[in-house]
Amino acid sequence: MSTQAAKKPKRMSKKRRNLLELTGIYTVIGIMFVIIFYPLLWAFGLSLNPGSSLYGASMIPENWSLEHYVWLFTDPRSNYIQWYQNTLIVAFSTSIIATFMVALVAYAFSRYRFVGRKNGLYAFLLVQMFPVLMAMVALYILLNMVGLLDSLLGLIIIYVGGAIPMNAFLVKGYFDTIPRELDESARIDGAGHLRVFFQIMLPLAKPILAVVALFNFMAPFMDFILPRIVLRSPENFTLALGLFNFVNDQFANNFTRFAAGAILIAVPIAAVFLYLQRYLISGLTSGATKG
Amino acid sequence: MATNDNQPDVKIVNEKHNPNVAALLSIIPGLGQMYNRRWFKGATLFILFAAFLLVLFEFITDGLQGLVTLGEIPREDDSRIFLSYGILSLIFLTFFITFYVVNIIDARKDAKRIQLGWTVPGIKEGFRNAWDTGFPYYLIAPGLFLLIFVVIFPLLFMVGLAFTNYNLYNAPPRNILDWVGFDNFVRLFTISEWRNTFFSVLSWTLIWTFVATTLQIALALFLAILVNDARVKGKKLIRTVFILPWAVPGFVSIIIFSALFNDNFGAINRDILEPLFGSGLPWMSDPFFAKIALIMIQVWLGFPFVFALFTGVLQSISSDWYEAADIDGANRWQKFRNITFPHVMFATAPLLIMQYSFNFNNFNIIYLFNQGGPPVRGQVAGGTDILISWVYGLTFETQQFNMAAAISIILGLLVVTFAFFQFRRSRSFKEEGQI
Repeated sequence: MSTQAAKKPKRMSKKRRNLLELTGIYTVIGIMFVIIFYPLLWAFGLSLNPGSSLYGASMIPENWSLEHYVWLFTDPRSNYIQWYQNTLIVAFSTSIIATFMVALVAYAFSRYRFVGRKNGLYAFLLVQMFPVLMAMVALYILLNMVGLLDSLLGLIIIYVGGAIPMNAFLVKGYFDTIPRELDESARIDGAGHLRVFFQIMLPLAKPILAVVALFNFMAPFMDFILPRIVLRSPENFTLALGLFNFVNDQFANNFTRFAAGAILIAVPIAAVFLYLQRYLISGLTSGATKG
Repeated sequence: MATNDNQPDVKIVNEKHNPNVAALLSIIPGLGQMYNRRWFKGATLFILFAAFLLVLFEFITDGLQGLVTLGEIPREDDSRIFLSYGILSLIFLTFFITFYVVNIIDARKDAKRIQLGWTVPGIKEGFRNAWDTGFPYYLIAPGLFLLIFVVIFPLLFMVGLAFTNYNLYNAPPRNILDWVGFDNFVRLFTISEWRNTFFSVLSWTLIWTFVATTLQIALALFLAILVNDARVKGKKLIRTVFILPWAVPGFVSIIIFSALFNDNFGAINRDILEPLFGSGLPWMSDPFFAKIALIMIQVWLGFPFVFALFTGVLQSISSDWYEAADIDGANRWQKFRNITFPHVMFATAPLLIMQYSFNFNNFNIIYLFNQGGPPVRGQVAGGTDILISWVYGLTFETQQFNMAAAISIILGLLVVTFAFFQFRRSRSFKEEGQI
């Protein structure tokens, strides 16, 4: 009798504790949801405000309208579509060229023994540490000298060059995990250097190459500082730079328009990102621990 | 192939063929190879070197000379161009010397092999050998070429600027720049305005890096463990939402936040703080509150990445560990300290370190939030400027290129030493040593 009576309240308290804990966990998660969604929904709400000023705008507009979205696409003063096109050009070219070059470099470092290999690896590591920003003045002068200032080509070249050290390391780490027996047996069967590269290494390294391509594809969408130094005329701007200029001059006066333009970039990028983040994480962790 | 047959018995076959003669002859590139009776190779080398000299000799000598003088006639000579030509000349010269030395070594090596009775391969086989041994270099060449012009050249240029007197009042092409040695560094540490600014910016940079990143990691760890609890339902949705701030482009979220935190009409003051407490906080105009706001924003921006990493690791920890701990009667804290925490840290340490170095140079958030402001009296940097944003301000706003470059060098040295030691300790480099 007495033992049963003692057991019962204990079980009850365990159940209650369980419930209490779960409530606590869900409360924390709920608070985080609010913190995460509030700024995003606020920006979305503002983008639906009719006026272009931040002063009178509110998160839940009384008479909402899509006028900013319409303005971006139809107004003759808006370069939005042109910017989208520029960004896509830069993003595609950077992604393709950089991934290919990175794969070549990583293949050399992973599969060949040559003089200067180890020092080369060290140099890559060191170089990748320096923020590109430190080189801005020189890049400006260099591009000016070769006449590539204010051109998308100049921007692409800088993106590709800057992407090599860091990504080469990532891909080399992945190549190292591909068994050597595979390419050695191919060589014995008479495959040449290039054939091994194109028909064995590249197909096997698809996951990491996809990650690298994605990274380099997204960078131009997110970076505004390099375009700001390289590009001068509004019709050459990329999205990030164009939108930044919306708010840079008169912060409060264009904010709703900025919000509309920003949402049109954020939504597709976030969608792609959320869809692919699993591969991204696994690629990064395997690169970091094995590479 | 042919060498392999002759190598076991190290017997000098061609006594007359002297490696040193080959090396000496190679002082004129190609001659040594011809001495080794590799006519085609020798001729190609000779032509290549001659062409190189013909085309670039003048460029290199002029460039080096310009590097020393930095131009002589004001308004006509642009010192920046002289400096960049000088650096390019140095790069070309390095290449030239490397090939030159390789050429001598190659001639000597071939001669040694001939001494041991090696038969010189025909042109076709020679080509094949060159393709085989040179292949990794061909792979690297395009990447290296880009890297040199986009990364190495600019860095050298900046190093050069740090030793000149290039600023707003002494700017080419109007004026000629001069080499001033370590003057800029001396000024940085002796003139009190610069010294105070430097140390206050440096200390804020370190605090910023440490606090923002650590909070990011702590929050991510806490949330990852909460969501990983077996009783929580809807994990997939929760995780997707928690990763959302990472998925939205950073500059968009930062600009949104800087509107939210705006002193006068930002929603945080107008819609939250004022109704609740009756007054808002000076998020933008007071350095202290601006710093708090920045740290909070960075935690919002940065925790999802770490959260995603941790979640991946937590799911891979075998439940055997926890069952064994349960049998031993361990409580939750003990399980966390001895199982979860070591697992998570071991798997993600290099990436967490990269988070620290990322925040150390996190220019975007500082610049987009408040342009490094608010201004502080008696300082040449804003109240929230970190080193990298200060350098940006000095370069593009006040045009003190020399000081910006000097600070960049210090910044670079800090980052490199830190990273170098970390990477040496990480496993990837230890494995490297074994191959």
